[in-house]
Amino acid sequence: MYIIVVGGGRLGYYLLKALLNEGHEVLVLEKDARICKTITDELGSVCFRGDGCEAATLAEVGTGRADMLVAVTGDDEDNLVSCQVAKHKHNVPRTIARLRNPQNAALFKKLGVDVTISTTDIILEAIEREVPTHPATQLLTIDEKGLVIVDVKISSESTTVGKAVKELSLPKESKLALIIPHEGSAHVPAANTVLKAGDQIIAVTSPETKEALQAALRGI
Amino acid sequence: MKIIIMGCGRVGARFASLMDEEGHEVTVLDNDTYSFRRLPPSFGGTALFGNGIDEEALKRAGIEEADIFVALTQGDNRNVMSCQIAKHIFNVPRVMCRIYDPLREEMYSALGMETISPTKVFAQLLKEKIEKVEAKAED
Repeated sequence: MYIIVVGGGRLGYYLLKALLNEGHEVLVLEKDARICKTITDELGSVCFRGDGCEAATLAEVGTGRADMLVAVTGDDEDNLVSCQVAKHKHNVPRTIARLRNPQNAALFKKLGVDVTISTTDIILEAIEREVPTHPATQLLTIDEKGLVIVDVKISSESTTVGKAVKELSLPKESKLALIIPHEGSAHVPAANTVLKAGDQIIAVTSPETKEALQAALRGI
Repeated sequence: MKIIIMGCGRVGARFASLMDEEGHEVTVLDNDTYSFRRLPPSFGGTALFGNGIDEEALKRAGIEEADIFVALTQGDNRNVMSCQIAKHIFNVPRVMCRIYDPLREEMYSALGMETISPTKVFAQLLKEKIEKVEAKAED
């Protein structure tokens, strides 16, 4: 694959190295001549000095035949414009943008950026996973279907302990997939399955009903 | 009309005071309060500290009720992004964007944005002025 990375900062640099190791054809676009020279000295001619937001620069590096453009500069606006120019001027099939402000995810998607990655969100998800007292953890996001897979823990304070699954008023969009009890093996919940303290429930839901599902499962 | 101007540089400040004099409700947004020194003492609108590519700041500036949004910062990409937020998230009826780079300006204009490239306009203006002088000399 021919991959263009916009921004030769630390993220761009390590991305470049990893992608080269995987055997891809990679080119970094970097405005700063000094950074560009450092990369070229170490890794060969894989860095081009220029503005990755300019259609002319992108044309010069053959963006028309690129399979992917990844914009990882430190500024959201530059990443957005770079992806948009790649998409609209050079028909790049996949564009990926790094986000500083996680709130921009919806806007970028709406404006045609295929994938957005927010470090803030990634770290937040890691924290949720690490903190055991956190009642609900988002395990996975399925963007194409607008679904998320969550892990909800039933504690001894939950008012739903002792209730059967059919007695819970779960949001329409959610489905319980698996119950992992404190002791014993995991099982697929049926209508008559009774919730116990220490149960871990894996469920599929829409992002909007995540909170409602958690409330219905824990009863608090 | 309610007008939001992003960027209180020379053009932004001047445009803000012009529209204010016309009796419009003007809010100027800038992420450096020192820029507001450019506004004349008679300015009756609102000068607000904030980043124009941040939805929260735009809401504080009253973008939900705005009739016109104009982006006039130094950065083409910042202007482009804030205008797209105004247009696609807040559905502001009229959104105008300054883009210095003529190539970028053409692309976003083709994508349906109302854009102005000062670079293009000024170069054209200079050319016309010179041609006028030459035409007079020939007479």
